[in-house]
Amino acid sequence: MMKNKEKIDQVINKFIGKKGSLIPLLQEVQAIDKYLSKDAMRYVSEKAGFNLAQIYGVATFYTMFRLKPQGKHVIRVCKGTACHVSDANSILKAVRSDLHLADGEDTTKDKLFTVVEVACLGCCSLSPVIMIDDNTFGKLTPELIAGILKKYD
Amino acid sequence: MNVLIRVGLASCGLAAGAGEVQSAINAYLTRKKLKVPVRKTACIGMCFAEPLVEFVNDKNESITYGYVKPEKVGTIIDAYLAGKPLTENVVISNILEGAQNENYLSQERIVLRNCGKIDPEKIEDYLANKGYKALEKAITQMSPEEIIEEMKKSGLRGRGGAGFPTGLKWQFAHGAKSSKKYIICNADEGDPGAFMDRSVLEGDPHSIIEGMAICAYAIGSDEGYIYCRAEYPLAIKHLQIAIAEAKVKGYLGRKILGTDFNFTLHIKEGAGAFVCGEETALMASIEGQRGMPRIRPPFPAQSGLWEKPTNINNVETFANVAWIILNGADKYAKFGTEKSRGTKVFALAGKIKNSGLIEVPMGMPLRDVIYKVGGGMKTEKPFKAVQLGGPSGGCVPAELLDTIVDYDSITSTGAIMGSGGMVVMDTGTCMVDVAKFFLNFTQRESCGKCTFCRIGTKRMLEILDRISKGKGKLEDLDTLKDLAENIIKGSLCGLGQTAPNPVLTTLRYFKDEYKAHIVDKKCPAGVCEALLTYEVITDKCIGCTACARKCPVKAISGEVKKPHLINPEKCIKCGVCYDVCKFSAIKKS
Ligand SMILES: Cc1cc2nc3c(=O)[nH]c(=O)nc-3n(C[C@H](O)[C@H](O)[C@H](O)COP(=O)(O)O)c2cc1C
Ligand code: FES
Repeated sequence: MMKNKEKIDQVINKFIGKKGSLIPLLQEVQAIDKYLSKDAMRYVSEKAGFNLAQIYGVATFYTMFRLKPQGKHVIRVCKGTACHVSDANSILKAVRSDLHLADGEDTTKDKLFTVVEVACLGCCSLSPVIMIDDNTFGKLTPELIAGILKKYD
Repeated sequence: MNVLIRVGLASCGLAAGAGEVQSAINAYLTRKKLKVPVRKTACIGMCFAEPLVEFVNDKNESITYGYVKPEKVGTIIDAYLAGKPLTENVVISNILEGAQNENYLSQERIVLRNCGKIDPEKIEDYLANKGYKALEKAITQMSPEEIIEEMKKSGLRGRGGAGFPTGLKWQFAHGAKSSKKYIICNADEGDPGAFMDRSVLEGDPHSIIEGMAICAYAIGSDEGYIYCRAEYPLAIKHLQIAIAEAKVKGYLGRKILGTDFNFTLHIKEGAGAFVCGEETALMASIEGQRGMPRIRPPFPAQSGLWEKPTNINNVETFANVAWIILNGADKYAKFGTEKSRGTKVFALAGKIKNSGLIEVPMGMPLRDVIYKVGGGMKTEKPFKAVQLGGPSGGCVPAELLDTIVDYDSITSTGAIMGSGGMVVMDTGTCMVDVAKFFLNFTQRESCGKCTFCRIGTKRMLEILDRISKGKGKLEDLDTLKDLAENIIKGSLCGLGQTAPNPVLTTLRYFKDEYKAHIVDKKCPAGVCEALLTYEVITDKCIGCTACARKCPVKAISGEVKKPHLINPEKCIKCGVCYDVCKFSAIKKS
């Protein structure tokens, strides 16, 4: 049984028939569950008349689309140029070790956090920078990380 | 005396805690029953000193404080209202002696004319600063041909990177025969390390809307798109508000200002793909497809979005338009050099003191941009290079700092002007690592259409990775050059054609550093992890055993309360000991 059928229907109705609507449609579908499940993609394909290959093609091309379930909070660690030269690696290490993430893992066991690396959040003057959900934190040092993460539950 | 307090609430300000500062100011004023209006504005430009709070009176005397903390606002307000403003942490002021900041004085603000002054969520603020006057002039007093002529005369070149003359581009789109034409504003800002467009979008969204409307009238279009990257939620919010307000006031929609000119504007959110900054890929993305570039010709001016003639310009390009129409092309062309007219906005970041947003006349030497406007280096370590143009650009070394900022001079160094990102690096930055960083980026962002771009960049990255691990050979340097040349020749779009630039420029100016990695197996900057050695500084080690317990390969031995020892044979150079030591007793070199 498909989850969130009604919400997805609402999104589809909003965009159906509009040209160039596949990307915003998938963005809004993703917003419901924080990721695009196979079921959701299949359902959109049937209901909105895009073929599945096209949907999957778009979903895998753009980095904003996530095909795996996400943690409650998404931590974006900036790895852009300015952050890179300000030792963003040590920030990433601190985040991952504070959350006890093993190599290859990006979501914590309790599903509270997902860590992703991004290229520039546009706050380069405050590098190194991370963004948790919609909040940006700048001028970081590895020591500050634990204190910031503690505030989220 | 009428006073106004302004708080900078752009993304950079918010990240530094400006939201809390604003709340603290409001709470303090309420508690003390003071009637001082508090306004918000966006990026003032001096991002290094965020949060910023400005006090201005009706004589336009202004004092801007930096590094403001919520618990400090009461003291600052009291002192100001008592007529004895604090002089600590003043970042700029036109009344306090000694506070005139050279940072500001060497600038010329055309694109940033309103940024940091107006409230971007209030159209009234924009209107009070001659907003939409240029649109009015254009559509009621000028013909499309006259506008295009004026744009050509101004000498404005596209600020998105390639520097194509804007007037000429408009002329092509104007000349295309079609009942439907589109215009697009490229707000994808993909260069990682650049934030000029974000600041303008957040700080002065109407200037972009006005520029686009003038362009639409000039080329005969009635519909436009702003393609904005999704990482900029505040920019998107401000654009939405601005578009709605402009509609209500009749600057967008049907029969604009009583003429026959109609123009509607949509926002398209990107979904995260660097290549979508390339114009043909961007249009594919608006159409809802994978953003893959296609062969040009046909150029967008003949066949662009939905196969209709389309004019696409960058955010900063559009932000110049209203100023040029209102003040005249001649006045604009007075700034700059023969072939690069006007001003350019740069985003200063990295190891520079005054990191933030600046706008300088073209023709200024890089040295002045970095040392005068930018305030020089942030730390003790000396300047090593400045990276211009992001993944498509290159690193300009110290000996070329007298190069002036204009398209041709910068291209002659092997870098490119690019969109305006300037990342300053000191001797603590390894150039092999920087080259590897950019290649890693372009390799991941390659859309995969062209073989050389897809596989060539991967091979280059593998070689760089080997070199950074001390496993490179001297022949690798020739292979890198060879691959670079072929990728440039064999790629369809600018991504592949410019991807090797960071490698080529570092090879050109920092060959010795590559050789040190290959021959001596050393990273002179102390960055490449595999080439570092870790040692315990016996005098500082108190024998807490933290490092020995954390070492994943048990390479550290020693008794409690006695200095420890790292066995170099076993050490895998992961750096954990360095990170966990609370006594700075581990030396990495
Ligand atoms: C890989 C790639 C990425 C690009 N990214 C951007 C970008 O983020 N913003 C931009 O304005 N132009 C970008 N461009 C340049 C555009 O293709 C195009 O030249 C520009 O939008 C034209 O506007 P202008 O004439 O006003 O500069 C990019 C080009 C390439 C090849
Ligand atoms: S490089 Fe990290 S915010 Fe721009």
